[in-house]
Amino acid sequence: MEYRKERIDRGIKARTEDIYALFSYREMLYLLLPRVVPILILLLLTLMVSVYWQKVLISTAVFALLALSWDLLTAVGMVSLGQALFFGVGAYMSGILNHDFHLTPLLSIPVATIGGGVLCTILLLPVLRLRGIYFAMVTLALPLMLVRIIEATKIFGGTEGLSGLSGLPSIRFELYLSLLAVLVVLFFFRRLINTDYGLVLRGIRDNDRSVMRSGINIYWYKAQALFLASSVGAFAGALMTHVYMFVGMPVFEMDYSILPIASAVVGGMGTFAGSMLGAFILVPLSEALRGVGGLRIVIYGLFLVIFTVGLPEGIFHYLQRKYHQFERWVKVEK
Amino acid sequence: MLQGTLIYGFVNSVILALIALGFNLTFGISGVANFAYGALYIFSAYTAWMLLTWLKINYLISIVIAVLLTSLLGGLIYKFILLRVRGMPISEVIASFGIGLSILEFFRFLGFVGSEYTLPVFIDGSVSIGETYIDIQRLLIVVIGIALVSILYLFTHYTKTGLAFRGMAQEERTALILGINSDKMATFSLAIGSGLAGVAAITILPLGQVAIEGGYSALLNALAVCIVGGLGSTGGILVASVLIGYAQTFTATYIGSHWMMIVSLIAILVILIIKPSGLFGKQKELEERI
Repeated sequence: MEYRKERIDRGIKARTEDIYALFSYREMLYLLLPRVVPILILLLLTLMVSVYWQKVLISTAVFALLALSWDLLTAVGMVSLGQALFFGVGAYMSGILNHDFHLTPLLSIPVATIGGGVLCTILLLPVLRLRGIYFAMVTLALPLMLVRIIEATKIFGGTEGLSGLSGLPSIRFELYLSLLAVLVVLFFFRRLINTDYGLVLRGIRDNDRSVMRSGINIYWYKAQALFLASSVGAFAGALMTHVYMFVGMPVFEMDYSILPIASAVVGGMGTFAGSMLGAFILVPLSEALRGVGGLRIVIYGLFLVIFTVGLPEGIFHYLQRKYHQFERWVKVEK
Repeated sequence: MLQGTLIYGFVNSVILALIALGFNLTFGISGVANFAYGALYIFSAYTAWMLLTWLKINYLISIVIAVLLTSLLGGLIYKFILLRVRGMPISEVIASFGIGLSILEFFRFLGFVGSEYTLPVFIDGSVSIGETYIDIQRLLIVVIGIALVSILYLFTHYTKTGLAFRGMAQEERTALILGINSDKMATFSLAIGSGLAGVAAITILPLGQVAIEGGYSALLNALAVCIVGGLGSTGGILVASVLIGYAQTFTATYIGSHWMMIVSLIAILVILIIKPSGLFGKQKELEERI
């Protein structure tokens, strides 16, 4: 006798899909639980952990922002291998505004967010027409080249970087600002991708020719998505600049390009929540693995390979399936 | 001065062509952009160094073993990892990039950093052409580069495997109908591409020292040449490497060596704006790109 596994949506999932969700507390709870519980856990964590782990949480949030920005670009069919570009441009812009123009961080971060987004979009504008791996190649090259330019021209402090920047009021402020930003971006992107506008973006990924044929200028849409994604990355960079009170060439490092991709791959692409979950698993893990030093990047690399080949759906999709569906074994009829 | 720049520019062009050949071959045949290319390049250099220094094997034999091992590694990567994600460009890029990253950073973790990691030159000494002194290793690079291009040309035009390669590159489904095993051919193409990376590394790296950053810049140079020349077209690769090679050398001589890497980026951006399919790209490539 042969059996096969059957997956069926839970009744409560069907009942909560529409306005009927408001009919009972149980169904409202079913909808609220996966959204509220993670936020509560985050809040509890911020209150309980030591100062050292609060710093780790801030950098986790920064990587989560980069992963969310990567996920948005991928949802439009642009695979970026250079998130460090967005991060670095935001970080330098905020650093220069603070160092040379003496803007307070509360002003320089928003300006760097928008300005960084605009600058990255302009930098990548000529290659927006490229698809797939060609776009990936250029994004891989750009941050590495920018480092060379800074090294060669000795602008912005050259190899030394800019130090002695002003910090944010307190570590609690930094912590809540970064976590709030992650949650806002997460829910904004999740909503955006399900609107009509998001449908066009996903259409460009699936079949750009047919979107063009519908009379839509896909390059304009791609530029907008790129602006959104790079602004988020630039915000992460600007925030990090003021947390460390320093900006230098390390902001273009490989870490900032690889970890976001690893997070998205481990957590599950395409849902944004997955990327965030991945970042919240990988960054504390790498902090715990600090003892192994250089092996860290090797481990990320292996994570990338194992998850893309062995578990391409990622952790979040797995959890989501368990939550919404039940499984049972049924006999195969011959 | 000018004569020297012209000669060194030519050597630089041949170096770029050597680096790009393997990447281009793999991509042209199997459509896999092998982002582990830089890692394979460095892998073969370190393997040769280890065989030579630790096991004290004859240099020539260790070169052969290193190249064969690199080629085997490339084949295995395709067979066990990339084959499973074939046809999904995003996964291919991420998986091969992950492999390359792991290999390179693993070497860094093992402590392969420093000035003692150098490969010996094949023949020591230098000769003068006109007023310019040039070491024999650089001349050998030119000879090996030209030899490799000719061997590849003969291989792809006159042997059965080579013809199967070109068939795959032109139209994979038709090649399948004619009994060409596309998975086997793609594995071969990755193995040969990686072997070429190994040959390039062992010919070029005696000029400097073997360093992990060399892997990243080899990958970037290969990408730049392939994008400018048009991926999959060998003629384009040659023209593009001459263009970028001379541009880099002139920049290094007259502006400053820091600016050398920026040349490739500008070349990529300019070519993408003017002619996105690359210098010698055809309609098929244009479709893949935009």
